[in-house]
Amino acid sequence: MTQPYDVIIIGGGVVGCMIARTLSAYQLRLLLIEKEADIGMGASSANSAIVHAGYDPVPGSLKAKMNVAANPMWDNLAGELNFPFDRRGDYVVAVTADELQGLELLLEQGRKNGVPGMHLISAEEMRHREPNINPNVTGALWAPTGGLCDTFAVTVAAAENAVQNGCQVLLETAFESFLMEGSQIIGVHTNRGDFRARWVVNAAGLNADFVMHQAGVRPEFKITPRRGEYCVLDQAEISIHNVLFPVPSCGSKGILVTATLHGNTIIGPNAELLDREDHATTRAGLEEVTQGALKLVPSINLRHVIATFAGLRARGNARCETPGVNYDSDFIIEIPKEVRGLVNLGGIDSPGLTAAPAIARRVVELMEDAGEKFIQKRDYEPIRPPRPRFRHLSRAEQTALIQNDPRYARVVCRCELVTEGEIIAEIHAPIPARTYDAIKRRTWTGTGRCLGSFDMPRVVDILAREMGVSPLEITKKGSGSEFLYRTTKEVEAHHGA
Amino acid sequence: MPETKKVICITCPKGCTLEVTSEGQTVIKVDGGCKRGHEYVRAELTDPRRMVATTVRVSGGIHPLLPVYTAAPFPKGRIQELLAELRKLQLTAPVRMGDVVLVNALDTGIDILASRDVHPAGEVTAGH
Amino acid sequence: MALKEKYDVIIIGAGPGGLAAAISAKQNGAEDILIIERDLELGGILLQCIHNGFGVEIFKQDLPGPSYAQRFINEALSLGVDTLLDTMVLDISPDRRVFATNKTRGVIDVQARAIVLAMGCRERTRAQVRLPGTRPAGVYTAGTAQRWVNVEGYMPGKRYVILGSGDIGMIMARRLTFEGAKVERVLEVMPYLTGLMRNYVQCLLDFDIPLQLSHTVHRILGDKRVEAIESVQVDERWNPIKGTEEVIPCDTLLLSVGLIPENELSRKAGVIIDPLTGGPYVDDGFQTNVPGVFAAGNVVHVYDLVDWVTEAGFAAGKSAAKFALTLRARENRLIPLRADENVRYVVPHELNKDSLQEGNVRLQMRVKTPIEKPVWVEVRSGNLLVTRRAEPYARPGEMVTINLTPKEYDEVDRASELRIAIVPR
Repeated sequence: MTQPYDVIIIGGGVVGCMIARTLSAYQLRLLLIEKEADIGMGASSANSAIVHAGYDPVPGSLKAKMNVAANPMWDNLAGELNFPFDRRGDYVVAVTADELQGLELLLEQGRKNGVPGMHLISAEEMRHREPNINPNVTGALWAPTGGLCDTFAVTVAAAENAVQNGCQVLLETAFESFLMEGSQIIGVHTNRGDFRARWVVNAAGLNADFVMHQAGVRPEFKITPRRGEYCVLDQAEISIHNVLFPVPSCGSKGILVTATLHGNTIIGPNAELLDREDHATTRAGLEEVTQGALKLVPSINLRHVIATFAGLRARGNARCETPGVNYDSDFIIEIPKEVRGLVNLGGIDSPGLTAAPAIARRVVELMEDAGEKFIQKRDYEPIRPPRPRFRHLSRAEQTALIQNDPRYARVVCRCELVTEGEIIAEIHAPIPARTYDAIKRRTWTGTGRCLGSFDMPRVVDILAREMGVSPLEITKKGSGSEFLYRTTKEVEAHHGA
Repeated sequence: MPETKKVICITCPKGCTLEVTSEGQTVIKVDGGCKRGHEYVRAELTDPRRMVATTVRVSGGIHPLLPVYTAAPFPKGRIQELLAELRKLQLTAPVRMGDVVLVNALDTGIDILASRDVHPAGEVTAGH
Repeated sequence: MALKEKYDVIIIGAGPGGLAAAISAKQNGAEDILIIERDLELGGILLQCIHNGFGVEIFKQDLPGPSYAQRFINEALSLGVDTLLDTMVLDISPDRRVFATNKTRGVIDVQARAIVLAMGCRERTRAQVRLPGTRPAGVYTAGTAQRWVNVEGYMPGKRYVILGSGDIGMIMARRLTFEGAKVERVLEVMPYLTGLMRNYVQCLLDFDIPLQLSHTVHRILGDKRVEAIESVQVDERWNPIKGTEEVIPCDTLLLSVGLIPENELSRKAGVIIDPLTGGPYVDDGFQTNVPGVFAAGNVVHVYDLVDWVTEAGFAAGKSAAKFALTLRARENRLIPLRADENVRYVVPHELNKDSLQEGNVRLQMRVKTPIEKPVWVEVRSGNLLVTRRAEPYARPGEMVTINLTPKEYDEVDRASELRIAIVPR
């Protein structure tokens, strides 16, 4: 058995990583375990990357509180962690007379939640602000505090900063059960052995129900994965600068058309409840996404789709605990009474990304209330230094970077202009990128219009060289997803027909 | 009893369909295509052959494989045998285009040729 | 190799189009030629197309791809063409400056008199045919698999399904079979073969690989690695026909679903793209709408024979050479007009010597400081006085003019620059 930790965090999604980062400011021995080959592979891997203003959640819900509390934290967070963030504001766009009423309701709801600066704008104003908008627009709600980020960059930056401040991260380490002494949790049992700790935080996202059930907490709680499919459009063909939501219906924010910080426009998601985890896209789903998007921006052309993907949201069934509020898929953020040593989170679907920094703060408060004494580290370093991104640099900066390290002169991904230097830096980063997808999500290699056809053999080569293994061992997303099977000239045993 | 069937000519990219009438191995009549096509059809009925292109291992170059090809169309029925033979080869750079990498393969009288040059890795042939 | 600051012709891409353009530019009088290639060697995609069938039109021979390339590589190098390998062009400006980077030289900034775009094409991907399902390892374009199998020496799988009956797809089916893999099926969404008939015969029929027309991939199955694909028959409008789904176990899906000209750089140079071809609008000399920028081969539209790409390269190289030589001739006739003693500036800044054969050229200038007595306005070539003119005084507020006339042509023709001065008489 390894030396005990103070806190073990189960789950390396944006919530788990943000909690790790927040706790790493204090004198605590921290361990974060993640079952996949990289952090941010679950719900955090595929979403709209929007920092919500907070007018959507039901007033009085924990979702509403966390959303509105977290939203103003993002500017500082982006500054400290050096990830891309743009407080661009967002629109809810009505395209029929009936939908105008929906805008009024949202405005009212936003005000109740404490969202600042919202107001209604005319159809004419909306057409002026977004020339691609459906000309039949009838009006829109403007929320200036909405923002855009790169979810994966946020997750990595938070995790790296936690590592900088002493947190340990173990990948491909799956929680199996709790180690208990009576009702006191004393650690976790994983596929890689046992780890002891005084506290365990359940940030397991899509598996949060399984984890809390292992502690005997909330046996009725259930996560239902809700799948959302998206299409990415070629930025050379269409570029929407704004975040455009439709007027929501039945609990979902609907299919939006939004800018991303990479310049591509994305459309989606639909919302389909599943009985198990399934990241597949479907014909019907992509059709639904397309139809939904065309309602807002009729000029979208499917010929310009360069990628499709599906994400899962961890929708829970926890009732809102505020008296008088009738809402039954609220966040759970609690220290349950049944056991000691567990901080229990669950049902963190949208606006989970936005809320993550407030959730992390709340975790600290709950632990303090439970008697934990937090002592700030003297040498706490809140700044996570950025790594250069060649494509964002001026010609002069590119030249300087190359002079310093010629590996930045070798372009590996043509479409997204990613250099070998950037890829190597990620392979040896505090959270090392050891799979193709890990490289892809950190650098955007292979996300352009050729979808990696050009870079894939080159990235596999670089990974093999840097990790000192054969290219046959390089995977797309962890063991079992190897790219290559054998060398061309190895003879198959059964061959010879 | 003469028999007529359609054969697609693979001599050139046009891919003409020729009609051939034959009795046993004796070709009586060929319709369609060009002169080379007629030669192809006659051969296809009696002794079908294919150009074979594959790779063999080479060390010391920038890539681990050298592309090679048959100097003439190779008996179709013996292609797998040829591939197995070539799989055993291990060459060393330098290699020049047209070098014979296997003489008189499987006693067919057909040589196997290198499709390209392979320079020793590190040797500068063009600028960087 | 020392890189020149200025080239007659810079060619982007060393595939068959680019190599032919380089050779032809040289043969048509261009002197300084540079090919910039992103890969480690010259030859382009031909190097991984190890099969025969190239050169029937141009050489009247049936050559493998690498041999076809090698002939042009050898010729280009023997003609003394400069090359930059492992080098990515980042930007081309409309005035034909080329910005590139590579590991040995860092940032490269060169000027071209003419540019030939020869970037070729890229493969369409699963997104462009809107292929739903999971995103496991094992879904590759046929060209990526071809590079692995033929050049880098790795087999990406054991059991394959190939979507698309284009030539690359069928040729890969045979190639994989040669290397001991099993190709379960080739699917084609169209009701007809999209590649050459002869490839159907020698790549599929010869090896009993089943081809299904009007069929496509309905879904990809498998989380980490492809485990199977579900195929489906489609009607004449490409809609899946219910009840025809079939799960085909495999570990690799190869896509051979078409090629698209690669024109990101062309756009940066201001080249207008035809939405139908996906390539630049060109004239009969393969010049684009940007003067001095030419395009050759698959970057213009996707050819089915490499021989035609080579021919297009020859034509574009010839036009580019002609353009460069015209520019060079003009540059050779241009000399600077420099402001000398007591002159602040002279307009025009440069003189085309040949203009003097057509008539007078007026030079106008401003004096630096007032001279309130008679002056000479002098035009000199070195120590030689070409012409001069008398003025009663020179004042900064009044523009001074002097004409060069056809009489001075011989002196001017021998000059490398002219200096203009205003001096007391």
